[in-house]
Order: sequence, then structure tokens, then C-alpha cells
Amino acid sequence: MTTFDRRALEAAGYLVVPGFIDLHVHLREPGFEDSETIASGARAALRGGFTTVCAMPNTEPAIDSPGLIAELVARAKAANAARVLPVATITRGRKGKELADLVELAAAGAVAFSDDGSPVDDARLFRSALEYARAADRPVLEHPQDLALSARGVMHEGRVSADLGLPGIPAAAEEAAIARDLALAKLSGARLHLQHVSTARSVELVRRAKADGLAVTCEVTPHHLALTDAWVAGDRTVAWEGRPSPRATPFDASTKVNPPLRTEGDVRALWDALADGTIDAIATDHAPHASVKKDVEYDLAAFGISGLETALPLLLGGVDAGWAALDTVIAALTTGPARVLGIDVPDDDWTVVDRAATWIVTAAGLASKGKNTPLLGRELRGRVVMSVVGGDVRYEGDLRAAPLAVR
Amino acid sequence: MKVTWSRRHVLETDDWSREEIEHVLDTANGMLEVLSRPIRRAPPLRGRTVILFFAEASTRTRVSFELAAKALSADVVNITATGSSVEKGESLLDTARTLEALGGDVLVIRHGSSGAPYFVAQRVGAAVINAGDGAHAHPTQGLLDAYTLRAKLGDLAGKRIVVVGDVLHSRVARSDINALVPLGARVTLSGPPTLLPAAWRCGDLPSGVGYEPDVDRALDGADGVIALRLQRERQEAGLLPSIREYARTWGLTEPRVATMRPGAPVMHPGPMNEGVEIDAAVAHGARSLIEEQVTNGVAVRMALLYLLIAGGEPRLIVGAEPPTSIAGGEPPATPLPTGVV
Repeated sequence: MTTFDRRALEAAGYLVVPGFIDLHVHLREPGFEDSETIASGARAALRGGFTTVCAMPNTEPAIDSPGLIAELVARAKAANAARVLPVATITRGRKGKELADLVELAAAGAVAFSDDGSPVDDARLFRSALEYARAADRPVLEHPQDLALSARGVMHEGRVSADLGLPGIPAAAEEAAIARDLALAKLSGARLHLQHVSTARSVELVRRAKADGLAVTCEVTPHHLALTDAWVAGDRTVAWEGRPSPRATPFDASTKVNPPLRTEGDVRALWDALADGTIDAIATDHAPHASVKKDVEYDLAAFGISGLETALPLLLGGVDAGWAALDTVIAALTTGPARVLGIDVPDDDWTVVDRAATWIVTAAGLASKGKNTPLLGRELRGRVVMSVVGGDVRYEGDLRAAPLAVR
Repeated sequence: MKVTWSRRHVLETDDWSREEIEHVLDTANGMLEVLSRPIRRAPPLRGRTVILFFAEASTRTRVSFELAAKALSADVVNITATGSSVEKGESLLDTARTLEALGGDVLVIRHGSSGAPYFVAQRVGAAVINAGDGAHAHPTQGLLDAYTLRAKLGDLAGKRIVVVGDVLHSRVARSDINALVPLGARVTLSGPPTLLPAAWRCGDLPSGVGYEPDVDRALDGADGVIALRLQRERQEAGLLPSIREYARTWGLTEPRVATMRPGAPVMHPGPMNEGVEIDAAVAHGARSLIEEQVTNGVAVRMALLYLLIAGGEPRLIVGAEPPTSIAGGEPPATPLPTGVV
């Protein structure tokens, strides 16, 4: 194992940046170890350049007690990979009925609260959660979705869902929930963080709320910045590519994700919101699934994309296309998420990137147990070659070949 | 005319050319001739196996495929949801592996999930025919509707066909569009706004397709109409105020169909709710082609089975050569350029 020598790496042409912080990953342990474990997920994080990840609590059991947090922290430490910050549930058992013990959970180490995967449907309960979270000085990470509107939907409701005969999730299912959440945030004065915003009007609502002085933040995923609902129909063209890629078979469940892949107009609006600071953070919503959950009919498949290891090259594609500055993207992976959590970026965490390296995404090549990504078989440009946690080189990739000149 | 058949599967006709669709319809003409013989049987698929895998209840379509396969002397194996392990929770992946191991030249699949035939087609060696998947497609119905309309109206270029009813949940509507529009027809959709896909209702429609919520305006001067089945659950799901109101507002009545062009036909994929989407007098009236649809369905399915297995040499069926010349033999090794001449 080499030591980390920033100057030498930069001299060799690598991009060296602070270690990335991911506000949103699913490590699946305890309960769903066939999909991911804390160890495999934390290793996948390092491969993707994420030296800190926030573990969502939708495990079995859900992380809703101080004892479970302690166990999670211990297992993550033993894995000796990325730092794992525990997120606790908002409601007991993630059932949306009564509040979890938020103050005690914060004292036990929970960095935030989230019932991710489900919104807190009861507005009065969500208001209480926000007020309690404020007292505990933690942000609430909310999954904005109006469940009645999204109903049985499996993809974005639009022209593609109409043509494919798949039930749609309208953009309004997210926007209506965000409008409610913003109104409640204003009542409570709490730090509300909206997870995986995906539509043009969602970011417009956040933009206005920020202008009104609300303590609201939001995140976007790399897949919502790069892919569109046309991928469900077999299109494989990344949003900024001029030339269409060869088509794949339609109805591939690797494109099924919640919130769903939206339209090109939404993708554009998300990049604009990233550039103007409306979006604070890029978070992967890494959602690994065992193949039995994905290798099924589209409507029966689980939602989610395994995203930790492909995040950076996707984002660099957008940078290369001129859709955002490199600094903006790096900030949204480092200082942005740190600000959401109210923490400092760890001093000696580093990510080293070979921007010129090209590689092909393969199931075997992914450290995550979740091989569920529509990018399988695709060539990506840009690769993390080293991840450093607290000065300790915990992942080292292919450093032999000196990279080409950085563009 | 020389047309080269290059399709491995029939999953949906959304990417088919006019020539390909016409080739199927022309081939079906010959099949109709076979069906008119005293002994309704020709030998070209002797020794071949057609598996009918119906994971969703269906009698008409399954029987139509079965008659089609038997008329071409193929062996037919039926696997239905009741009586197979599908009911016991066998996964589609497992089913596909089993079907692959069993062999079979053509796999006809009906499934409740949109896209299921694509899933299976990727995992089996057989040619796959989609016999209806969720709300996505029912391409053999689209082709038989196109056949029936062409037989009645001649060239469909410029003809305007109304499709009325629950378009949102209708695989028939989608496949009718994908079979009729390439032939030059225009399709006017009509029905309650809640039963149209939102994008289509808001004007983002496939080319050649329009939406007219007022069925009277839609039918005025039309060249034909296809009524879709209305499921009673739609009312319970909050998509309709009442079935009664639907029947009054969008049901095909005699005065309504009389506003179409003289002789313009009325069709329905069946099974019908008479008195809801279509009045009995219309369903069994002079304009009705509903029985022809059933007969033509067998012929079109014969054409597809034949083309998929034998690669397409129309003379083997309808020409002067004795059909026995290929019985039991390998399919003709015709070169398969991509596309159609």
C-alpha cells in the first residue's frame, strides 16, 4: 500500500480533491445482506471516491433505537472502509405512526433522521418530527412523495409511460409533497433536507423557498442528472450526448428507480439548479438489490439503482459537456453535503481521480453486491484511483499508467 | 413482389415498416384461403411445436392461436396460469428457463405485466409472439384489426379510424395505433380524460394520432370505429363517475355510428359489454365486422407463425408447388438482410 502524496499525484496529472460525502446510501445490513452489507457497501463507496456515507435506516430491523446505532457504528468501524454515518428513522419502525426517540437517537450518534423510501404521510406527525429534530439539532432528510398520486406507478408519467403502457408516477407526486414539506418547515423552523429531487418544478419550489429564507436544502442523484425516462423504452443516450447510443431492450428493470427517471427538460433544470446553488448536494441514493429483486417483470421489480461506483464518471460527463463547472460538482460532493449535516469536511480524507481513464462497467467489476445499474456494459470516462480516509489509503486502483493530460 | 422476412419475434409493431405489416397481411390472405378449404389444414409446420403460455385468463386469443397453429399442422402445447406452477409463485425467470429447456419453435405469451414478452424473448431460443402484455401491446390484435379494415376499406391511406374507450389500460389501442398508422391511417382516440394516458391527453401523441374527447365529434365522418372493453373496476378506482354515465356519453349507439361515412365499419376486440361500450344493435348490426375479426384473427396468426418458423416463402402456401415439399424439413435457408426490400 502506498502512502498518500498529494503533490506527487497532482504532478502526475491526477485530480486530487477532498473525499466525497454521500448523504444517501442503502447498505441493507441488517436484514438484506443478500443485496449489500455494510462492508461491501463501504468498499463500493471508496471505489466511487466517497470517503463518508450516510446509511439510510430502512433495514430490518429499521434503525430506530440507540442500540442499533451502536451496532451499526461498530460494524462499520470493523469494515475499515468508508466512514459510515448512521441516519435514524423519523418514526418508530419507519411505520409513519409515532415518532422515534429522536433526542436519544441524536445523542447515540444519529447524524440525521429519515424514513427514506416512504414519506411521512401524516402532515401533523411530520410537523412534530421537524420540531423535535430542531430541538435535537439534526436535519430531517425527507423523501418527498405523495403516495396517493404516485399510486401503483413504476416510471415517470409522460409520453414514454403512455407509449409503453406502464403506470406512471406524475411529477406532481413529488412537487405536491415538497410544497407540503416546505410549508411545514416554515412552521417549525427546522432544517429540512429534501432527498433526490427530480423535477424542474421541484427545484423551482426549493429555489423560491430559499429566497424566502427557509432553512431548506436538497440533493440530486447522478442518475437523475444523466438519464431520462427514455431509458425505460430502451434508449441508452446520456442526456448530454448528441448522438444516440445503440438501443437496449425496453422494460429493463435496471431503469426502475424511485423517484423515476424524468424527462430531458427536468434533467436540464436539475443541472441549472446545481449551478445556481439551489441544489446543495449530489447524493447517489445507492440502492443495491439482489438479482432476484430485479430479474423479474418490470412492475414487480424493486426500485433502485446501484450508484456509488458510477457516480463520478457520470458527473464528469456533464462537466465535460459544459453543463456545470468542475468546482460546482466537487463542492456538491464535499462541502455541500457537509453543510447539510452541519459537520466539517474531514481534514485528511482525499479522493484521487484519473479523469482520462476509460473503463467498462461490468457486474464482476463492481465492489457492490448490487449489480443493478443500467450502465452495465457501458464505457465510462473518469475513474477514482485512490481513496484516503483520515490519511490512510483505504482504496488504491490502477495507478500504474500515468494519466493523460487533464483537460 | 419480393419481401424478405427478418423478424425473430413479434413483440410489438411499433418499429415495423409499412412493407413488413403489408407482408403479414398479404400472407394472411393466403391463410384465409386455407381456412376456407373443406379440410382446414396445411402441412408447412408439421413437426414444429408451438407453446401457448397464457399467464392471464384468455379464451379467445388462446383458441385463435391454437386453431392457427393446428391449421398449419404444428404441435400445440398449452400452459395456462391455472394448472401450471405459475400459480404456485414460480418466477417468470424460472418459467422462461423451463420453457427454454422444453424447447419449442414458437412461444406465444400472454402476461399481465407490460414488457413480460421482452423479458422472456431475451431468455429463450424460441421465436416469441406477444399475445397481450399488461397495458402495453397486443400486436396480433392490431394486425388483425388492420387486416379487417383493409379488407373492408381497401388502402387505409388517409382513412380516419376512431378508437373509443379505456385507452389508458388498453393494449389493443396501442397496437391498433402501431399497425394502422404505418399503413397511412389516422387514428382519433376518444373517451373519458381519466382513461387516456396523461401525455396523450395533453397533446403529446404518437404521430398520426389525435384525441377528441367528444365521441360525437370524433365519429362524424369517420371511416371506422373500434370500441374498447370497459372494465367495471375503473369506476371503483375513481376513474369514472358511473358506468351508466359512460355508456350514455361514450357508448356506441346506432345514431352515433350513423354519423360515420356510409358503410363505415364497427369493430370490437371482445369480449363485449353490450349496453356499455357498444349497444347490441350496433354490435350485431350491418356495420359490425366483429365476427370477421375473429376469423381474420386466425388467419393473421397463421401468417405470423408461418413467417416466424419458415422465414417466409409465400409460394409454399398459396402457390402452385405442393406444400408437402417442405413438410418436416428445415426452414428454407434464405439470407436474412436487415430490413425489408
